[in-house]
Amino acid sequence: MITKNYTVHFMILSVLLVILFFVNVSLGSVSIPIKDILSILFGGISSKESWEIIILNFRFPKAITAILVGSGLSICGLLMQTLFRNPLAGPFVLGISSGASLGVAILILGSSFFSGILITPTISNWSLPIASSLGAFLVLTAVIVAANKVRNIMSILIIGLMFGSLATAIISVLAYFSKASEIQQYIYWSFGSLGNLSWAEIAVFATIYFIGILGSLTIIKPLNSFLLGENYAKSIGINVKRNRNIILLITSILAGVITAFSGPIAFVGLAVPHISKLLFTTSNHKILIPAVAILGGIILLICDSIAQLPTSEFTLPINAITSLFGAPVVIWLLIRKKKIFI
Amino acid sequence: MDKNQNNIVLKTENLSIGYVNRKKKTIVAKDINLNLKEKNLITVLGKNGIGKSTFLRTIAKVQNALSGSIFINQKNLESYTNRNISTLLSLVLTERLPESQLTVFELVALGRQPYTNWIDKLSDNDVEKINIALQQTEIEHLQHKFFYELSDGQLQRVLIARALAQDTAIIILDEPTAHLDIHHTLKIFALLKKLVQKTSKTIIISTHQVNLALQFSDNVILFKDNKVISGSIDELNNINALEDLFPDTVINYDTKLKQFVIKAN
Repeated sequence: MITKNYTVHFMILSVLLVILFFVNVSLGSVSIPIKDILSILFGGISSKESWEIIILNFRFPKAITAILVGSGLSICGLLMQTLFRNPLAGPFVLGISSGASLGVAILILGSSFFSGILITPTISNWSLPIASSLGAFLVLTAVIVAANKVRNIMSILIIGLMFGSLATAIISVLAYFSKASEIQQYIYWSFGSLGNLSWAEIAVFATIYFIGILGSLTIIKPLNSFLLGENYAKSIGINVKRNRNIILLITSILAGVITAFSGPIAFVGLAVPHISKLLFTTSNHKILIPAVAILGGIILLICDSIAQLPTSEFTLPINAITSLFGAPVVIWLLIRKKKIFI
Repeated sequence: MDKNQNNIVLKTENLSIGYVNRKKKTIVAKDINLNLKEKNLITVLGKNGIGKSTFLRTIAKVQNALSGSIFINQKNLESYTNRNISTLLSLVLTERLPESQLTVFELVALGRQPYTNWIDKLSDNDVEKINIALQQTEIEHLQHKFFYELSDGQLQRVLIARALAQDTAIIILDEPTAHLDIHHTLKIFALLKKLVQKTSKTIIISTHQVNLALQFSDNVILFKDNKVISGSIDELNNINALEDLFPDTVINYDTKLKQFVIKAN
C-alpha cells in the first residue's frame, strides 16, 4: 500500500525514545551526574565504582526491560485489535495474563494449599518466570484448541475471557487458603515490575521477544487484509485460519514472555495502539507495527520514570502508574477525536 | 457444442447449496445447473431468503457446496487454491467493513494482494491497475479520503474499484445497491453495464431491483421455490418463467412491458 511519508514522525519518536532512555537511567534514589552515566554506558570509567554497579546492573537492565515490555505489549494489543476487529481488545484478552497469574499463584500460594502432597518448592529467580510461562502456555493451548472449533471470531474473544475468569476463580480459592505473607508475595508480583532482572534473564527475555517481533513482521500483509474482514481477506488469497493461528501464537509468545518476566502490566497494550492510530492516522500495519513498538517503549519509559518518584527514595508499582497516568490521556485523546478505529 | 463450451466461464452441475451445522444439513437450493457466458452482466433474482447470497458465496468458494460441482474456465473449483481463485474471481459483499483508517487508495490497493510480495509492496504495474480501477469507477478525486468519510454510494464505487483492481475475469456483487437511493442505484447499474462492455469482464450480481435488472442484464438467474433457471430475458419470457417469481398477491409480471408491475385491484 502506498501511504503518506512518515519519516519525520519516526525520526522524532526515535530521538524521543533515546532521550527518555537516558532520562530514565539518570533517575533513581541515588543521583548520578549525566556525565558519569554517559561514560559508564559507553565503557569509560566513572568517579565512583558504586555508580557503575547501579547503572550497569540495575538501571540499564531496567530501562531495557521497559522498552521490551512496552513495545512487545503494544504490538500484542495491535494484533488483537486487528484480529478481533475490536478496539477494546488488548494483549490479555486471550487470558494469557490470567494463565500466567494462575501459574504464579500455584507456585506462591499453592505451597500451603498443597502442603503434605507436594514438597514445598524453593522459589528461585527462575521459578517465577517458568511458573508463569507454564500457566500462560496452558491457557493459550486451551484457547487455540477451542478457537479452531468455533467459526465466529467473537466466540474466541469470549472463550479467552472465560478462561481468564476460570483462572481468576482458582486463584481466589488458592488465596482463601493461603497465609497472609504468601498473599502479599503474590500481590507484589501482580503489581508488575520492570527491575530485578539479571543480564542472563534479559538475554532469555530478549531472544524470545525478538522471535515474536520478527514473526509479527512476516504477517503485515494478512493483517492488512483483515482490515476488510475475513471474507474479503479470503477472497484476496489469504489463508485466514492459518494466519489467525499465527497471530494468536505470536501474541501469546510476546505477552507470555513479558508477563513471565515483569508481571501482568496493564493498560499499555490497549492504549498505545490507539495513541499510535491517532498520531499516525493510518491503519496500515507496515507503519503501525514499528509505530506502536517505538511508542510503547516511550510510554513505558515515561511511566517507569514517574514510578521512581524522582528525588525520593520510594518507587510505586509500575502497574498503578500505567493506568493512573495513561487512562486519562487516552480518554482525553478519544474525546478530542471522537472516533476510534480497530 | 464445443464452440458453446468455449465462452462458458462458469458452469454448475447438480449443485446443492446450504449450510452444515454439526451434523444437520440445511439445503437452501438444489439441482442448480447453469452455464454462464463470459462478458455478460448476469443478475440473480429471487425473493428474500431463497439462497441468492448463499449461491454467490458458494461459487466464490467463501463457503462450500453441499454437493455437485462448480467449474470455472472448465476447471473444477475444488482444484483451485484460494490463491488461484483470488486471481479469477473478486467479490463485493454486503457486510460492513470494520472501522479503520484505510484511505480509498489503500482500500482499492488491497485488491492487489494476490499479486504483491510478502510485505505487500506495490509494483508500478500494481499502481497502474489501481489507477485504472479508480478511473473506471470515477472516484479518482476521492482517493486520498478515508473510506469512512464517504457516502454509501461512493463507498459502493470504491468497493467495485477494489474488485476491479484485483483484475479478475469474474466479479461477483451481492446486492450492490442495497443501501442506495434510486439515483445511485441507477448509476451503479450503468457502471456495471459499462464495465461488462468495455473490460470484457463477467459480472454476476444479486439484486432486488428486479425491473432495473431486467433492463440492464444480459442474462438472469431466477431462484424460485423449487427450481433455479437461467436465460436471457426473452428466453425466460417465452417460457413464462418470470411470472411466478414472487407470490402474486401484490406484484405481477407484465409480459408486454417486460417489467414487474404493482397488481391493480
